[in-house]
Amino acid sequence: MSTPVAAPADVTAGFEMVVGLEVHVQLKTRSKAFDGASADYGAPPNANVEPLCLALPGTLPVLNARAVELAVRAALALGCTVHGTSIFARKHYFYPDLPKGYQISQHDRPLATEGRLAIGAHADGTPAVVGITRVHMEEDAGKSVHDRYAGFTAVDLNRCGVPLIEIVSEPDMRSPEEAGAYLRTLKQLLEYLEVSDCNMEEGSLRVDANVSARRPGAPLGTKCEVKNMNSFSGVERALAAEFRRQCAILAAGGSVQQQTLLWDAGKGEVRPARTKEGSSDYRYFPEPDLPPLVITAGQLDAYRAALPELPAARKARYAAMGLGDYDVQELTADPATGPWFERLAAAHGDAKAAANWTLGEVRATLKEHGGALDAFPVAPERLARLLDLVRDGAVSVTAARKVYARLLESPADEPRALAEREGLLQVRDDDSLARWVDEVLAENPAEAQRFLGGERKLQGVLVGLVMKKSQGRADPKKVNQLLGAKVSA
Amino acid sequence: MTAAASPATLVARDLAAAVAAGTASARTLAADALARAAAHADLNAFVTLHATPEAACEGSAARGPLAGVPVAVKDNIATTSLSTSCGSRILEGYVSPFDATAVARLRAAGATIVGKANMDEFAMGSSTEHSAFGPVRNPAAPGRVPGGSSGGSAAVVAAGIVPISLGSETGGSVRQPAAFCGITGVKPTYGRVSRYGLVAFASSLDHVGVFGRTVDDAALGLSVIAGVDPRDATSADVAVDDWRAHAGTERLDGTVVGVPREYFPASLDPAMRASCDEAIERLRALGATVREVSLPHTDYAIPVYYILAPAEASSNLARFDGVRYGMRAPADDLRGMYETTRSRGFGAEVTRRILLGTYVLSKGHYDAYYRTAQAVRRRITADFTRVFADGVHVLFTPTTPTPAFEFGAKSAPLEMYLSDIFTATANLAGVPAMSLPIGRVGGLPAGGQLLAAHFREADMFRVAYALERAYGPEVRA
Repeated sequence: MSTPVAAPADVTAGFEMVVGLEVHVQLKTRSKAFDGASADYGAPPNANVEPLCLALPGTLPVLNARAVELAVRAALALGCTVHGTSIFARKHYFYPDLPKGYQISQHDRPLATEGRLAIGAHADGTPAVVGITRVHMEEDAGKSVHDRYAGFTAVDLNRCGVPLIEIVSEPDMRSPEEAGAYLRTLKQLLEYLEVSDCNMEEGSLRVDANVSARRPGAPLGTKCEVKNMNSFSGVERALAAEFRRQCAILAAGGSVQQQTLLWDAGKGEVRPARTKEGSSDYRYFPEPDLPPLVITAGQLDAYRAALPELPAARKARYAAMGLGDYDVQELTADPATGPWFERLAAAHGDAKAAANWTLGEVRATLKEHGGALDAFPVAPERLARLLDLVRDGAVSVTAARKVYARLLESPADEPRALAEREGLLQVRDDDSLARWVDEVLAENPAEAQRFLGGERKLQGVLVGLVMKKSQGRADPKKVNQLLGAKVSA
Repeated sequence: MTAAASPATLVARDLAAAVAAGTASARTLAADALARAAAHADLNAFVTLHATPEAACEGSAARGPLAGVPVAVKDNIATTSLSTSCGSRILEGYVSPFDATAVARLRAAGATIVGKANMDEFAMGSSTEHSAFGPVRNPAAPGRVPGGSSGGSAAVVAAGIVPISLGSETGGSVRQPAAFCGITGVKPTYGRVSRYGLVAFASSLDHVGVFGRTVDDAALGLSVIAGVDPRDATSADVAVDDWRAHAGTERLDGTVVGVPREYFPASLDPAMRASCDEAIERLRALGATVREVSLPHTDYAIPVYYILAPAEASSNLARFDGVRYGMRAPADDLRGMYETTRSRGFGAEVTRRILLGTYVLSKGHYDAYYRTAQAVRRRITADFTRVFADGVHVLFTPTTPTPAFEFGAKSAPLEMYLSDIFTATANLAGVPAMSLPIGRVGGLPAGGQLLAAHFREADMFRVAYALERAYGPEVRA
């Protein structure tokens, strides 16, 4: 198969892209799906291995209850029907990174079916909702490393047995952008749920795309599966490339062959995957070592009640606080920012100012120094005192930045005390201000005369001089008042 | 304590009592057992034996209901101290890093593991002729097979080497050899004993079972290993009754014994039928009410079994691929390594069943074979449930259609499979069942089978104690 990378741009004209996505998500558990081995990422090869991961004779799987809880949480948040009874099944194939010779998965009785995810709007402005076909639980395989030792394949079983959910969507997306929106929305949701780290580089979120091309309104075309994308933008690019490939075939009167393709990000093209041995028949049958997974109505209620606030609800709440679109999007982009912002807003009282600080100074600090917001050294309640000082005119906005810098160094100190120590509190008492004004007028007799003679535009220059004399501490509003009074007096 | 060396008095209960009283030690009992094992080397009943009594005693508790009692463990039950080869070349010399739960519980009860008993490869067989380490001889019937697949475990108890041994069952592999060797063999309810550490053949049918010369020793052994295990999700959290409280049962008044007509086909060996009739008469004489019952789906047990068991086996044995442990045959590429390792590592019967199982699970065959077999399996289970709900306490049947056969007599696989015709039902339904001696047929031991409702081992043991007492000790091998 040749990949027409240089296909003319208009080859897709008149075709509609149809995309369904299969997303594998690693559940955030301490131990693996069926034994006590650590599920941590990044350990030395084969460090996180127990007898079951090695498929030693006589080992048996025991289901991780936490994995079930996380899987159900995701299914509920996706609006799925969670089934009271689901069945684990064995999926067979021979490969060195699959020690048992089968993967424990779910086949014809999955955990959950028929959900939906709202991803914004279609190009024509109608709401875009992607159907969720199913959510099922399974275990991950190990990792085969083919390029490390010449002539050998190395096998790392750390990942083997890590719990996953597979989220299968309906073929409801019509463009790479919609696929990207689905993935970003899904990732955001799963992060809110604390179900997964959703890190594509570490493989905790993996995407396989099924894509086909058709004339609008025609029945679905033959689909191809595209794998090996390691970023959301990679998915979008891969979809565009595969769509172009299929359109070129169809436009030339050919027919698309169903196959699995690998995305080559470097070359920006897809190529056929090596077929896995025996992949044509997985010989599924119910896993006899595990009883059916039963989730009672009571458990389901408890899981539902324990669901955290989801992105859509949070966005609506922030909009109701009077925050604009930008603030709402930015504050809800990840699950951690919102709660921190809310503590700041609650302690200070002005949501807009709290949003500005959270998305401004605080985010800049994190960007510069790294670290997570929930581990930010300054408690939002303390930072709120600084915002109070600004609102009350006790420090200028410029001075507030300096106080903030001090606060980062000594987060246990009160902002007011820091401002005082640094001499950054605005001077507002009339005596001091009047003295500075008089001194400035005396030191600049020419300007003073012109100003007092009615040349009002000189007031700004004089205020500036007062500010300079006060080393920035004078309250400019008051200085203006005092100067104005001199003229009208 | 050389007196205990006489098989007739080799009773686990008495040995443990002697150790508790200080008149015997675990070390000397282990030494005696090892000496008897050496004397009976011709049986080929052990795959491996501890080199010294000290090694056998290592890791066992000083006190407990089996203090100092030497036991043998079937070679497909994991032990850290000896290899666990499943009678197969592919696992020859493989040593498990963990003890099976049943083994750990034996050790915690004071038992010493003297050796690993020979078996049909991966428990697939009914004669112990299919071991990579050679066939086992029947100590109670010279020139004949000991039955299988737990032939080694049965032989070592029948020969008086140890009073108790562990076996495993998928279709009758404890009860059938117990019958052939003239001893008692028990398969508990599915889920009663943890399968953790039992190398899987067919997970939904596999059970750990116990051999004893007496009903009481079998009950003692089973009571030690029974009980829920967090490492086996299919083990059942059901209270373990005191089965031994029924020792000394003299009468069975009020007990209803069902005799299922499907287990007495016209083709049944007349001498075997006569033996069973005598047992039934004895049960009546003990006061039991004997009632003919019907388990109409019995005939389907063997076909269903030979679909489900190979299906699960083809999956369970996929792990023996030469990658991580066990035998690896050299080859140029991965596929070649898989093929050569598995072709050379597995014997003919294992290969046959893997092929059979792979076939029935394949696309296009699954519904016709596996799904249908599961549906019939539910009917077989329902047969039992109905009979037991109908007031029957235990069922009595022959354990096997014939007594022990000669080596090579069942060269056609299907003939061999039919040896399990009366036993496979209990594995399919998960109900407890046991075989105990009921005299001789043509000079060979004959076994009678008792079956009870799920988790009602107590009913089975109560009847077994009374029947054993009625026969007297001379009925044993």
